[in-house]
Amino acid sequence: MGWAFLAPVTLYLLAFYAYPLYRNIELSLREYTVRSFVQGGAPFAGLDNYRKILSDPTFAPALLHTVVFTVASLAFQFSIGMALAVFFYQHFPLSRTLRALFLVPWLLPLIVSASTWSWMLNSDAGVVNAALGAVGVGPVNWLTSPDWSLVSVIIANVWIGIPFNLVVLYSGLQAIPATLYEAASLDGATGWQRFWRVTFPLLRPVSAITLLLGLIYTLKVFDIIWIMTRGGPTDSSTTFATWSYRLGFGNLLPAFGPGAAVGNLLIVLALIFGLIYIRIQRRQQL
Amino acid sequence: MRRATKTAIGLVLTAVMLFPVYWMINVSFTRDQDMRADPPHLFPVDGTLEGYRAVLDQQLPYLGTSLLVGLGTVALTVALAAPAGYALAKLRPAGGGALSFVLLIAQMIPGIIMAMGFYAIYLNIGVLNSIPGLILADSTIAVPFGVLIFTAFMSGIPEELMQAAVVDGAGRLRTFWSVVLPVSRNSIVTVSLFAFLWAWSDFIFASTLDGGGDHRPITLGIYQYIGNNNQQWNAIMATAVVASIPATILLIIAQRYVAAGVTAGAIKD
Repeated sequence: MGWAFLAPVTLYLLAFYAYPLYRNIELSLREYTVRSFVQGGAPFAGLDNYRKILSDPTFAPALLHTVVFTVASLAFQFSIGMALAVFFYQHFPLSRTLRALFLVPWLLPLIVSASTWSWMLNSDAGVVNAALGAVGVGPVNWLTSPDWSLVSVIIANVWIGIPFNLVVLYSGLQAIPATLYEAASLDGATGWQRFWRVTFPLLRPVSAITLLLGLIYTLKVFDIIWIMTRGGPTDSSTTFATWSYRLGFGNLLPAFGPGAAVGNLLIVLALIFGLIYIRIQRRQQL
Repeated sequence: MRRATKTAIGLVLTAVMLFPVYWMINVSFTRDQDMRADPPHLFPVDGTLEGYRAVLDQQLPYLGTSLLVGLGTVALTVALAAPAGYALAKLRPAGGGALSFVLLIAQMIPGIIMAMGFYAIYLNIGVLNSIPGLILADSTIAVPFGVLIFTAFMSGIPEELMQAAVVDGAGRLRTFWSVVLPVSRNSIVTVSLFAFLWAWSDFIFASTLDGGGDHRPITLGIYQYIGNNNQQWNAIMATAVVASIPATILLIIAQRYVAAGVTAGAIKD
């Protein structure tokens, strides 16, 4: 009887998850062009597409940028989110309202955040360079210099990711019994000591999940980078996600096979971390 | 620290965090000739409504499409996910655990991969650049999340309530429809909220599956506006402000559901 209620979602998963994924793997093993899409008859190419992307000069930078983008985003999102969660956990007037306002960046469409940051970071007329100029720092070519483009997209991504970390860590704080803090105070613990000896260790399970979910989301980030820099200039902010998109859809002559191959490498990365997440979650439920 | 000091610090932190949002609004009212002023005007003095006039002239059809796609995605997501959540939470059929596992994995698949697979399929069956095609693709972002939220929520419905329905002679379907669904209102709101926001802000499916038709969503409207017209930043930012309105309204009326959704989706699976 139960499966009668599950049938729609099962069929849906087969038709709209499994089948597209299968088509994507098939794409990566064939020599596809737009013409072969319409007329059929794309020759089987085996692992040629994978060989092609592994020896592509974009491969090493894209891997490096994916790692740097992910690690830096997570480190800043998490530490800032943690600090804010601890701060807003105190009781003071307006604390609840202000915390709700912190959700706004996370709810805005990414195209909105990305285009706002693009304009704020504009070299000539951006408000960020104007502010830097006011304190005597010369203008930075945030989006047009290969040295800064990756930093720029990381800044925007950190801004977008803070609310998620704040909300999840805040809910973790709520689960810590108040008596522990009272005991620590009686023992004469300072604020710092209370954080490092009580809050931080007790938040470890929630922190692990926050970081792993953040990791899986950050690996997939595409919109922000594509809208702000399109992975440029000269691949300086290209990650696997934007590279895959550019190969498949970013040119007049699409390279679907290699694009799908890059996408499949990305999915392997995401799945590895996903399985780690599920393992940790299982262990916590025991 | 005194409570007033904390409030002051909280206000400053919030102001810093929301500065980009303020800046978007400020720029949307700035005149073209003031756009490159040095230093930039911090307030829209001599403001203009030109940007908003441009939105009304050019972007209304895109907004309409996004609204349709968003509502369609909500309907499809709730229709698929609510019965599944009920089955997983209350009927516990054999293999349900495996299905939950598949749903968790499904959430980890990067959008670009789904987009390529969908593109290949849509090209063959001819639904590229169509609203139903986009609704189907966008629903893949929300359906696994929806099932997991419904499962978590419906597990909390007391068994007595279900048994009372059975005693009254209700079958499974009737119990689901007249007992489970009404008491699950909060989770329906949470799932609908996220399904709508995700569909409304989707860019990757829009740009790969719906880049060429007559009915394009607002995310593409903004993107193409930037591409064709990177001088009129007041109009671009005015479009951005308008595109953010649903998120703002939803945040105001449903903030507790937002927090509930984030934490339930993250922790309780």
